[in-house]
Amino acid sequence: MNAQDASRDRPRGGKIDDSLIDALIGSRRLVTPSGRMTEDNRELHKQGGRTADSFYRERWSHDKVVRSTHGVNCTGSCSWRVFVKDGVITWEAQATDYPSVGTDMPEYEPRGCPRGASFSWYTYSPTRVRYPYVRAELMQLFREAKDTVPGRDPVLAWQSIVDDPEKALRFKSQRGKGGLVRASWDEAVELIAAAHVHTIKEYGPDRIAGFSPIPAMSQGSFASGSRFHQLIGAPMLSFYDWYADMPLASPQVMGDQTDVPESGDWWNSSYLIMWGSNVPQTRTPDAHYMIEARYHGQKVISVAPDYAESVKFADQWLAPHPGTDAALAIGMGHTILREFFVERTTPYFDNYVKHYTDLPFLVALDRREDGSLVPGKFVVAADDDIDAGSVRNSADADFKPMMFDTVTEVPVVPNGTVGHRYNDEGLGAWNLELGDIEPALTMLGRHEDVVEILVPRFDTTGVEGRGDAVRGVPVRRYGDRLITTVYDLMLAQYNVGRDGLPGQWASGYDDAEALCTPAWQETVTGVPAGTAAKIGREFAQNALDSGGRSMIIMGSGTNHWFHSDTIYRTFLTLTMLCGTQGVNGGGWAHYVGQEKVRPLTGFTHLAMALDWSRPPRQATQTPYWYIHSGQWRYDQFGTDTFAATTGTGRFAGTSIADTIALSQRLGWQPFYPQFDINSLDVAGRAAAAGQETVPYLVDALKQGEINFAAEDPDAPNNYPRIWSVWRANTLGSSAKGEQYFFRHVIGTEDALDVEETPEEFRPRDVRWREESPTGKIDLMLTLDFRMTTHTLHSDVILPASTWYEKHDLSTTDMHPYVNSFSPAIENPWEARTDWQAWETIAKKFSELAVEHLGTRTDVVAHPMQHDSRGELANPHGRVRDWKAGECEAVPGRTMPNFMEVERDYTAIHEKFTSAGPLLETLGMTTKGLTFDVTEHVERLRGLNGTARSGVGAGQPLLRTDRQAAEFILALSGTTNGKMATEGFKTLEERTGTQLHDLSAEAEGRTIEFSDTQASPQPVITSPEWSGSESGGRRYSPFTINVERMKPWHTLTGRQHFYLDHDWMLETGEAMPVFRPPLSMTALFGEVGIGETTHDGASPGISVRFLTPHSKWSIHTTYVETSPMTNLSRGGQTIWMSVEDAEAVGIADNDWIEAVNRNGVVAARAIVSHRMPQGTAFMYHAPERIIGVPLTERDGKRGGIHNSLTRLMLKPSHLIGGYAQLSYGFNYIGPSGTQRDEVTVIRRRTVPVEY
Amino acid sequence: MRVMAQMSMVMNLDKCIGCHTCSVTCKQAWTNRDGTEYMWFNNVETRPGQGYPRGYEDQEKWKGGWELDKRGKLRQKGGGRLKKLLTLFANPLLPGIDDYYEPWTYEYDNLLNAPAQQNIPTAPPKSQISGKPIDIQWSGNWDDDLGGTYANKDKDPMIRGIEEKVQLEFDQTFMFYLPRICEHCMNPTCVAACPSGAIYKRSEDGVVLVDQDDCRGWRMCVSGCPYKKVYFNHKTGKAEKCTFCYPRLELGEPTICAETCVGRLRYIGLVLYDADRVTDAASTPDEKDLYEAQKDLILDPYDPEVMAAAEKGGISYDWILAAQNSPIYKLIKEYEVALPLHPEYRTLPMVWYIPPLSPVVDSVADSGFDAEDADNLFAAIDTLRIPVEYLANLFTAGDVPTVERVLYRMAAMRSYMRDVDLGREPKEGIANAVAMTGQTMRDMYRLLAIAKYDERY
Repeated sequence: MNAQDASRDRPRGGKIDDSLIDALIGSRRLVTPSGRMTEDNRELHKQGGRTADSFYRERWSHDKVVRSTHGVNCTGSCSWRVFVKDGVITWEAQATDYPSVGTDMPEYEPRGCPRGASFSWYTYSPTRVRYPYVRAELMQLFREAKDTVPGRDPVLAWQSIVDDPEKALRFKSQRGKGGLVRASWDEAVELIAAAHVHTIKEYGPDRIAGFSPIPAMSQGSFASGSRFHQLIGAPMLSFYDWYADMPLASPQVMGDQTDVPESGDWWNSSYLIMWGSNVPQTRTPDAHYMIEARYHGQKVISVAPDYAESVKFADQWLAPHPGTDAALAIGMGHTILREFFVERTTPYFDNYVKHYTDLPFLVALDRREDGSLVPGKFVVAADDDIDAGSVRNSADADFKPMMFDTVTEVPVVPNGTVGHRYNDEGLGAWNLELGDIEPALTMLGRHEDVVEILVPRFDTTGVEGRGDAVRGVPVRRYGDRLITTVYDLMLAQYNVGRDGLPGQWASGYDDAEALCTPAWQETVTGVPAGTAAKIGREFAQNALDSGGRSMIIMGSGTNHWFHSDTIYRTFLTLTMLCGTQGVNGGGWAHYVGQEKVRPLTGFTHLAMALDWSRPPRQATQTPYWYIHSGQWRYDQFGTDTFAATTGTGRFAGTSIADTIALSQRLGWQPFYPQFDINSLDVAGRAAAAGQETVPYLVDALKQGEINFAAEDPDAPNNYPRIWSVWRANTLGSSAKGEQYFFRHVIGTEDALDVEETPEEFRPRDVRWREESPTGKIDLMLTLDFRMTTHTLHSDVILPASTWYEKHDLSTTDMHPYVNSFSPAIENPWEARTDWQAWETIAKKFSELAVEHLGTRTDVVAHPMQHDSRGELANPHGRVRDWKAGECEAVPGRTMPNFMEVERDYTAIHEKFTSAGPLLETLGMTTKGLTFDVTEHVERLRGLNGTARSGVGAGQPLLRTDRQAAEFILALSGTTNGKMATEGFKTLEERTGTQLHDLSAEAEGRTIEFSDTQASPQPVITSPEWSGSESGGRRYSPFTINVERMKPWHTLTGRQHFYLDHDWMLETGEAMPVFRPPLSMTALFGEVGIGETTHDGASPGISVRFLTPHSKWSIHTTYVETSPMTNLSRGGQTIWMSVEDAEAVGIADNDWIEAVNRNGVVAARAIVSHRMPQGTAFMYHAPERIIGVPLTERDGKRGGIHNSLTRLMLKPSHLIGGYAQLSYGFNYIGPSGTQRDEVTVIRRRTVPVEY
Repeated sequence: MRVMAQMSMVMNLDKCIGCHTCSVTCKQAWTNRDGTEYMWFNNVETRPGQGYPRGYEDQEKWKGGWELDKRGKLRQKGGGRLKKLLTLFANPLLPGIDDYYEPWTYEYDNLLNAPAQQNIPTAPPKSQISGKPIDIQWSGNWDDDLGGTYANKDKDPMIRGIEEKVQLEFDQTFMFYLPRICEHCMNPTCVAACPSGAIYKRSEDGVVLVDQDDCRGWRMCVSGCPYKKVYFNHKTGKAEKCTFCYPRLELGEPTICAETCVGRLRYIGLVLYDADRVTDAASTPDEKDLYEAQKDLILDPYDPEVMAAAEKGGISYDWILAAQNSPIYKLIKEYEVALPLHPEYRTLPMVWYIPPLSPVVDSVADSGFDAEDADNLFAAIDTLRIPVEYLANLFTAGDVPTVERVLYRMAAMRSYMRDVDLGREPKEGIANAVAMTGQTMRDMYRLLAIAKYDERY
């Protein structure tokens, strides 16, 4: 508007002051002639436009905008614009150019969060690692040693330090206590390479461990170090299970690591339960889909013990006591089974459970010594007493479970079992078509008898609550065996009675004494019985009304418990009964930890160096550190603590360490080191004995000449020696039992207050050494751009690029796009990308290897793998130990596979920087499906260029991070449409159902790195995953299984309610069951929750100690940035209820200490009425690097959240070699849980000192 | 009629997740300089809570905004202009740094450069103002998610008078978030209070700005603003405030806070208003009528008379079109779901809010009704977890029925659309019950739920 025109308007309106003031104020017209006063002198208007106020306009101006994202610790994978001015990164803002998801739903823009918005702070922050650093004592020792060894050989120099206990102690004892000095890249890398060469030569490559988590959000960076480790034969430590984020229920029930809907699919749901998932706080970029779906009438339920942010959006809030969620879900499941299966049937649910779940499959009952019956094994075609006809002698008949056909009145084998998956007879039959079979869900009505069985329970006053209950099931007889269905057993387990069955049954929903009823769950959870029944009923009714569009977002609040697998199975029961899995808008949604590496095939082969050698060495990190950080030496109980009364007592007399050793020697789980000798020496010893390597090894193991290392982990030659970490901060974040690490792994001071395991609970098979070793690790190497707790404790620190200084790829579960990293500036100071850093290390390593290593034959002990024939190792999941003489020692069946791998240690750098030949000669395999990629590798040669010399001559180059990204994109189905289609065609041969049309629309599409720089790139439907995005659909897992009848990767090929492995029966977890949180009072003598204690400087109160995810950081990242600290309380805090705080005189913002046997934390109290009594939150990983004082108790630096936790292992997580319960990296294995812990909190009485 | 254009914003609090992305992106772009560390042009408050600066809504204490004198004439609450002029050199009534918070940083060098020592290094906090060690007692968002709120419940001015309705007990817990920027008022006290004429309202779009060349640092604007959204830069000695991102606005881009809003709850648009009636509207006797009075100032951009007057006043045709397509106009005038923040301050603020709706069904379910029955939804508003009285204190000077009307419409939309989503025949009666039609309900749904980028801005 033209101000001068406006100012010519005639005066109107009244004055607001008297005339004197008006005159005075009106004089401002003279002061600001360009402005215009309102006629009442109330307001000044001025013409704006480009001539005014250049100050803010100049501040806004910038030179360029670069697309990048944030690389680790976060499931967001948001696309960001990074603003650069005068060569300096100034700030960032979210990209808003996501490709549209359609006209009638909200778009993904503008994904992001305040944490990511403050990332640029790190670029120039005072905590930035700008140069390589080495611990001063070590640097000095290394320089001195080089002066004394022949030829200044760095390998010999390293050896002279670590072989000398006095010298080793000198630098190890200084870890974490300051005193880092700058080094050149050359010198630091020489030391690193020398340490690696020496360790391999002296102990073997499996004494080295690499760790980097969650690759999806920084695939090239993960792959860099991982590739180096795999090329030298060193194990990569898993992350998903270690973080306790992996839901074991997923492999157990679905035979899949984790496959979940993208957040946009929440929009399609009409009933959404956020269960232990604080969506606004921890899934910030996508929370809007939940909120917006409410506007089309989606009902939202929040299940959270506190008034969490998610509750703000909920139509109903259920607040169960922490860790009791399974009881609530069982109360809901009880209601659904009664009202939608027993009292009436619905075609939708009935059809769903018959086609897509194991409910109709047959199970034989086991008769125990006392004559009572318990649920037993699946009936399979090979069973003697079943008249299975011709299938009885068919291939893999041991792995063909059966159902009862109501047409022919006999047990039959349906298509699609795991027994159809790995043999020629199964070609075209691995599908879920039932054909003419009409399966019986129940034996009732066609039963020959009804019998009483015992089902386990864990809500009694016994050890860990165990006991049992008597229920009746209908059975048919085959030979001596009594056979029923999984459905009948589920009704027994869930206490849903039917007329004509014996046993004890609930009298109604209000029967609080009877297990599984809504009223019973109220006694456990505190949630009103009527509410539980109502929510269960609504969940089911909505599924009927909407065709399965009921969804549960299940989060770490329910997943980080010791018994989280059983909790999740009770949730999955709801989703499966109601036909919601494999339906857009329905099913489970788990977004904890691992995220989808959407271009999975390319990534896996790059990171695991499968282009050069197979198999890789992959370690399950939880048992790794449980053993190597010595936590096994402090258990106060045996394995049988976790058994059920319905079991056989098979765990008696064993410790958890024994079960780990067993899982290694039976080939269930990997463990490193493998043997008590160097794995490079096995072939040589065999040759010397004139034998083939593997037979020699098997014999030596049987004779005890060579032993598995897990059987004597405290022997000096069985320690891990090098621990390299990049993109991670184990000691500041994920190290459950951090203080045990301090003592045993690092060798520095700790705050433990613990007793060692008493004699009666010590291991039976694993050797107990009186002397417990400390400071096992020789070299701690960290690559980072931040100073973290882990960095502070490391011996060598290399300065890493930030996420705005490199090329990389990022994908996630949450959205369907491939996002890219690009450098906004050149690497500042001496920072290098992870790819460059590991390439540098590989080069020096290869040089030193010429003298010391050369080419060696390594023997890799490889556990039986999921999605391979290895999962057919143990019929019926029976446990037999060759070492106890229970069976023959057969590699790949009763013990690990042993595979010889030739390692030319002088060519590591050449291999690192070029794509190896195995891609073309062996193909690329993902989840059991092999892709022929010859054509695609040829294209990669064009994209990346080829190596000119060395072992990789003529192969595609991988010298840069960008070339690594091209490798991933070119060789994955999700980013290469032709590869996806070819893969589907291969898969069609097995399934006999049509699949390849799913990716036909994208057959000509290939995504290259430059595409991802231009905008987020939607991925292509691919057999690497289970959902279809064809035609612009939102990704929902298992839609291909449901719509195209492709089996799940399980024993039956269906989703499993029932698990019949010996150890699942032993732990009473064959079916979903409620197991309460572990009692730290019973197990370790901790003060009971709610009790006050007076043994410290001030009164203390014992509370449940929970560590949910923070609002002001993502793990330890972002926590120390200026915006995050000034928007929160700027340091470690513990949330407490008003009642608990008042009980011991704690006021808001008081300094407090939290203490238990594992350590001590100094923090400030946040007292809030949104917290339930008896529970305290310390948000996950706030880190001790900012504002953590010395503790009152010890006078030492206070701990982190994981200073109060420790590792506890569940033996059933170690199961392997049996269908979906077979090993895969980050797929199955003990999870590092931390939710069952308690702590005493008291007010600090002495002044704070830093 | 003198038509002026006003750039304005509506925030849908029902969608706000309290993530503070808006605060951070704004701060990174505008106020991470010396002297601005404590400033948040955009901040987000957990309510109930004290806000930032602490207790800013207590105008009995801070004397911000306008009031009516005995004769019903508008005057600054902080005293007449004569008083201001006569006390120019005295300290105005200002929040102290403790009312905001003392910004801090850490001795980060202690980490990297720590010499060999007995303990793991840590970086203690230090003041960003004095550089001295600091014992952190308050921050820019101290009571986030109800931290410490129980102990400080008597310090939230919005609870006063309705204490019996607001129970801060675990099972009665409620909270919501209130993001705030400068209100760019139609009747700004800060402009009126400035002795230097350095604060002005841009003629073309109503954005209120401090001229950094003209500002003399009197700080009368800080006192005058009842929202405490003008800040004093203690390094430059000038006032600074939210600029509605005018350097972006001029390029056709939304504000940073709006574009980066992850909850997708911010709408920006132009409205036309009658500048001649501003003083009259602000002088409305009963403060509960101020909402209607201000709404009435906003002109119908399709009205030929208004269009003609606008063109005559120099407003371009493009801008008139923009006003016609404005989501703000729809939300304030057509759907009537947006309400002003503290109309009783009489500044005629132009950042409006849709009050939060939650949890509704919870209350109904506990009383045994069918939660999805539309009739029950309306009955349930009375027993919302968030007391309606609390919302009314924020948005309608305590007038409860107006807030209820908005919540009814939101609840009705959910009920109506559920039938659509499930493929059932939608019930026109639900829309009619809240004086809407099915079609307007669908239109409103589209704007609130689908909310594409181009529809939001």
